[in-house]
Amino acid sequence: MLNETVFLVPTSYFVILSAVLFSIGVAGVLLRRNAILIFMSVELMLNAANLAFVAFARSLLDQGGQVFVFFVMTVAAAEVAIGLALIVAIFRSKRSTDIDELNSMEG
Amino acid sequence: MPGVILFAILALVAILSAIGMLTSTNAVHAALFLVINLACIAVFFLGLSAPFLAMVQVTVYAGAIMVLFLFVIMLLGAERVPLSSRLRWQAPLAIALVLALLAVTLLVAFSPQVQGNLVNPRPVPPEAQGFGSPQAVGETLFARYLLPFQMVGLLLLVAMIGVVVLTKDERKPTGHISENAQASDRAA
Amino acid sequence: MNLPTLESINLAASLPVLILAGWACLLTAIDLFISPERKHWTAWLAVLGLLASGVALGFEAVAYSQRGAVSAFGDMAVVDGFALFLQGVFLLSAFLGILLALNYLPRHNIERGEYYTLLLFTTSGMMLMAMAADLIVVFLALELLSLPLYVLSGFAHPRLDSEEAAMKYFLLGAFASGFLVYGIALTYGGAGTTLLSGVVEALVGGGPAPNPVLAIVGMGLILVGLGFKVAAVPFHMWTPDVYQGAPTPVTAFMSVGAKAGGFAALLRVFLIAFPATGDTWGVVIAIIAALTMILGNVVAISQSNVKRMLAYSSIAHAGYVLVAVAAARYPEVEPLAVSAAVFYLLTYAVTNLGAFAIVIALERDDGTGVEVEDFAGLAKTRPWLAIAMTLFMLSLTGIPPSAGMVGKFFVFQAAVQASVGDPLILTVTIIGVLTSVISAFYYLRIPVMMYFRDGEGQANVQPALGVALALTALATFLLGVVPAPFLQMARHALLTLAG
Repeated sequence: MLNETVFLVPTSYFVILSAVLFSIGVAGVLLRRNAILIFMSVELMLNAANLAFVAFARSLLDQGGQVFVFFVMTVAAAEVAIGLALIVAIFRSKRSTDIDELNSMEG
Repeated sequence: MPGVILFAILALVAILSAIGMLTSTNAVHAALFLVINLACIAVFFLGLSAPFLAMVQVTVYAGAIMVLFLFVIMLLGAERVPLSSRLRWQAPLAIALVLALLAVTLLVAFSPQVQGNLVNPRPVPPEAQGFGSPQAVGETLFARYLLPFQMVGLLLLVAMIGVVVLTKDERKPTGHISENAQASDRAA
Repeated sequence: MNLPTLESINLAASLPVLILAGWACLLTAIDLFISPERKHWTAWLAVLGLLASGVALGFEAVAYSQRGAVSAFGDMAVVDGFALFLQGVFLLSAFLGILLALNYLPRHNIERGEYYTLLLFTTSGMMLMAMAADLIVVFLALELLSLPLYVLSGFAHPRLDSEEAAMKYFLLGAFASGFLVYGIALTYGGAGTTLLSGVVEALVGGGPAPNPVLAIVGMGLILVGLGFKVAAVPFHMWTPDVYQGAPTPVTAFMSVGAKAGGFAALLRVFLIAFPATGDTWGVVIAIIAALTMILGNVVAISQSNVKRMLAYSSIAHAGYVLVAVAAARYPEVEPLAVSAAVFYLLTYAVTNLGAFAIVIALERDDGTGVEVEDFAGLAKTRPWLAIAMTLFMLSLTGIPPSAGMVGKFFVFQAAVQASVGDPLILTVTIIGVLTSVISAFYYLRIPVMMYFRDGEGQANVQPALGVALALTALATFLLGVVPAPFLQMARHALLTLAG
């Protein structure tokens, strides 16, 4: 089994990796104009945070960080349910998931 | 040393799959890239003494949540997601913001002050064996984190109610006809 | 394994929120047995829950005045004056939110029982936010507050603008949570704990892994996440579209509840966990406050849709509360500034809910009738309505005799105290006063329209709406004329580390 004897790298490596993934997620939200893609980018951001949490939990040997990840996953599941329901609802009326077409209101 | 090589390979796969998701023009491909990314993170979890979370990551995240994504994409037939050419002010702003974010984090992670704290984690001491196991996570979850656990329960209930509210359509029995009419009205 | 004991959970202290959340779950099931024509029963049952929670809150407030703050659920929550005062504001807003919706929903053919249960869920999220003592509770309370609001914004689906509002709110809300979670992760890495009281210890001296640099970056990301929730510039762009597109009672509730919830988190996190880095965030928040007041007030001038104007006005008001937050970083000003902030939130809640009640009265069944011109001639056809609206507009501007004036005075008083030796706060205070003057342009346009222009001035005040109007108008007037007892309560709204 894969465990820390195989995989002993400094915590800062994980922090850097999670920062890169988080930045890619942020870029995705800002650059893509499609609701589903934006939403996936948000999931990537949450995952980057989860990776950082687990890495810190390991270096602190504190169970709290892992429990936080558990909660983030649950919240992500709840958000996905609501978000996809919204996407379905809006697709029924607009036939599109492009957020640039959400412009029935001025400005 | 093998640890570092393994880390480097997995990190590369994770970053490339994230970039693949970012640049993909097909929503199904994007979702599959994200699954690869989530799987890499699950392997990292295993290496970071979090076997329980690794399993949850695979079953719930890469499994259930991404299947839901794929299901909705297929259901709506919304695979085509062209890269938008209408990014007026967003693109430069996004690039500047992301570079700034990256620069700050890298600066922080490489600063000597931080390095001092984020060195090789010490091996799990014998008294903390079972760190990250389902039993250990469960005990923390139900003892110390009782209130958050209850709140997450409420959250899932809200999500269920919300989905029913948003998708149940009582007042529009002839949905498709009126939708198409509405769509053509808009187009006109 | 340390199982929690009944004493450590401290059921009595957290009873108000437990009653509300429990009742919301029960009501979800009860609602299934209420026939579609009688959904107003669900509304009254929801009011019953709010009432029960309010009674429990009253008992808890009496207990608090005798024994001070206590912890609940181990160290996850703390019941202090700050939490109790804001919980009162949330319950009041939810009650008014139900009254506003009671006639509106059937008129617009969107009446469903879930509206009321979701309203109770989001209110329990806000109440939990007010008592959060751990970043994990802050995060989950923010989600519990937001998720029902996303759904409520889209409640008028398949009306397109409502769906679009929900979508925009959702995507930006999820984006903001991403920042918040990553910020919490870095704070955890920097401080070794997510407990607010633990973070402060780690930053001041020691702790398992003190790493202030990481924690400060984390703090910045948390500020971005919460900035979205309170609609502070530059994280405000979702506000106008969401406020305009969402059903009006939802907009009304959201504009006061979600904002107050966001500020509850902001005050708790920054004053309890990060006082040691006050120099950093104090400057940033002061600048954000100035930008928020300027942009909100200036852009509001050019709005012709009243819902949209009130959206920019709500951005501007977030700026005034931020002035109090920035002032609170000085320990000697903190008690005054915190009570000024929560009192301001109370005055804003009653005034804004009242203003939206008038908008609901004017709104036609197809969602039109909310332009500034639609107020023309209202003074002749509905004199009482015109008087109430004038009062609300005076209050939003900050002119006596109204609640808004006392709220603003209190905030600026704290800011002036903090500005001794801090030119930045002084500048921001001056900007605040100047922008209040600017705001008179657009707020007072409505009374001018009502009294000096001829027009049809149609309005439809149904009984529940009338009650809500009377209550908010009375509260706005009373808070402006005899604020002393409420100020007294706000002075007890202090933040404590743990009981």
